[in-house]
Amino acid sequence: MIEGAIWRKWVFFYVPMALFLLFLLFPFYWMVITSVRPDGELYRPWNSINYNPFWTWKPTWDHVRYLFEETLFASWLWNTTFIALASTAISLVCGVFAGYALSRLNFPFAGSLGTGIFITYLVPQTLLFIPLAEMIRNYRLGDTPWALILTYPTFLIPFCTWLMMGYFKAVPRELEECARIDGASRWQAMLYIVIPVAIPGILSAGIFAFTLSWNEFIYALVFLSSPEQKTVPVGVTSELIRGDVFYWGPLMAGALLGSIPVAIAYSFFVEHYVAGLTGSVKG
Amino acid sequence: MGQVVLKGINKFYESVHAVKDVNLQIRDKEFVVFVGPSGCGKTTTLRMIAGLEAISSGDISIDGNVINTLAPMDRDIAMVFQNYALYPHMSVYDNMAFGLKMRKFERPEIEKRVREAADILGIGELLKRKPRQLSGGQRQRVALGRAIVRHPRVFLFDEPLSNLDAKLRVQMRVELKKLHLRLGTTAIYVTHDQVEAMTLGDRVVVMKDGVVQQVGEPLELYNQPANKFVAGFIGSPAMNFAAVTVTEAGGSLIAENSGLRIKLPDEIAQRLRGHIGREVILGVRPEDLTVAGSADLDHPCFDAVIEVVEQLGSEILLDMKVGESIMVASVEPTARVRVADKLRVAMRPSRLHVFDAQTEAAI
Repeated sequence: MIEGAIWRKWVFFYVPMALFLLFLLFPFYWMVITSVRPDGELYRPWNSINYNPFWTWKPTWDHVRYLFEETLFASWLWNTTFIALASTAISLVCGVFAGYALSRLNFPFAGSLGTGIFITYLVPQTLLFIPLAEMIRNYRLGDTPWALILTYPTFLIPFCTWLMMGYFKAVPRELEECARIDGASRWQAMLYIVIPVAIPGILSAGIFAFTLSWNEFIYALVFLSSPEQKTVPVGVTSELIRGDVFYWGPLMAGALLGSIPVAIAYSFFVEHYVAGLTGSVKG
Repeated sequence: MGQVVLKGINKFYESVHAVKDVNLQIRDKEFVVFVGPSGCGKTTTLRMIAGLEAISSGDISIDGNVINTLAPMDRDIAMVFQNYALYPHMSVYDNMAFGLKMRKFERPEIEKRVREAADILGIGELLKRKPRQLSGGQRQRVALGRAIVRHPRVFLFDEPLSNLDAKLRVQMRVELKKLHLRLGTTAIYVTHDQVEAMTLGDRVVVMKDGVVQQVGEPLELYNQPANKFVAGFIGSPAMNFAAVTVTEAGGSLIAENSGLRIKLPDEIAQRLRGHIGREVILGVRPEDLTVAGSADLDHPCFDAVIEVVEQLGSEILLDMKVGESIMVASVEPTARVRVADKLRVAMRPSRLHVFDAQTEAAI
């Protein structure tokens, strides 16, 4: 903590902190205020007398209503949720088993295999979507949720595997050895001892994977074409920007509603999530 | 029953030969302690008995059955780990019951055995708690309880007391001894602490660099160490060593170096006949050195200068300079000694040890 006179605390702590917070939170504020502002205010020229971009006296639900009544926003929300949950589930199952195997089973080339998996995570999606598009077309998965549920794990599994590898390494080996002497098979020791102990790590991996697939843009843009199949990020940007006309109110309302599930996921698991990041396993 | 036999056990880690040809017969109900400095192969040997480490060559058998390739769960053993290895997400009760549940015991039997073990160890009050709510000593008890509920043929202990503070360690050491007397289960115990080894073991196995140096009862190791390593490792403060040359003068043998010239007692002289003119290592324990008085006239004596006086209350440790080397003597607390005093020190002749300078084996 900062010591000395009170003014030092203000100058070196509170004021910089406030500026930093302002900088971080302003986009969110802008999103919220734009989504409840009537169109009349939104498209008012900057030099008009009653121009007031930071506040509104006539908040309205019009944009939200427009989203649900005039666009397919409800289906986009459903699509995104379904795709994010399904791809997270697949990735978590694979990531937990792969992480366990790579960190605990001493098989030949375990180290290089781990590195190999990590390298696949480093290949940018902006390159990978071209060959993937070809595969999606060959398997006739285009324009279905499965196009995304099966491609998101290409970056989620390496991610989950690496997170879980690190976490499993922090679980004392003796726990498992003790369970095996106690009469558990390797499989039972993993199921009853190692995985329950690693729950915080699994939750962190799950939340990250869910957020990554919820926010994913480029695959969703390329692999889905009909409006009723789209996800929130793609749907909002493709259907609410027509030519060079930006429907700012519904756009921002869509962004706001789209970020709420992620916020809920974070706050719901925050306790476990923080525990997961600090790796608090003690024997 | 719990008779464990190790026959020609070897362990290689790639190019490292970690355990070299260990042969040992452990009797039923015996408490055997493996002791040695870190990296001597004692823990590896224990883990091979547990089945956590594969054997490179040799045979391990329990009650006559070779168990080399048996899974840990099928060996009917229980192990207590240095860091306790309690399952952090389970209550004390579940921790202790886990092994029984895995072996498909009936619920009432599990309940009965856990209560029984908890009573023996005095942790009946803690059964509902989680491991993180326990103190170090309590965790240690739970780990012991988890081992004894299974009524195994052999207990394995891997430095179970080294995470406890000094006072608790002494207390748990006594309890472990009592527990063994009460249960009578064969126990194999690994430690680097020679005091634990001496107090707990019916027999002690001293290891160094993967090789068993000596196996014997505690006092046997203390009184008749097989080599210089065992002599220096067992006993605290450690035995004093001095390299001396053996010469003959007037029919008796003299051992001498730059600061020391003593006439060897007949019993030792007998054994050193073949070493005349050669160098040997003389060993004497601190408690076998005394400030020379009139009663010690016929004992081998030498001159020393006190460098440090360590008052322990029950005894005084004197760090003395003898010629070029340092020796430690443990003397009566009533002795009047001060730093820089010049002393005449006597050795108890029957308690002298001699070791070969090359092989370090006892002569």
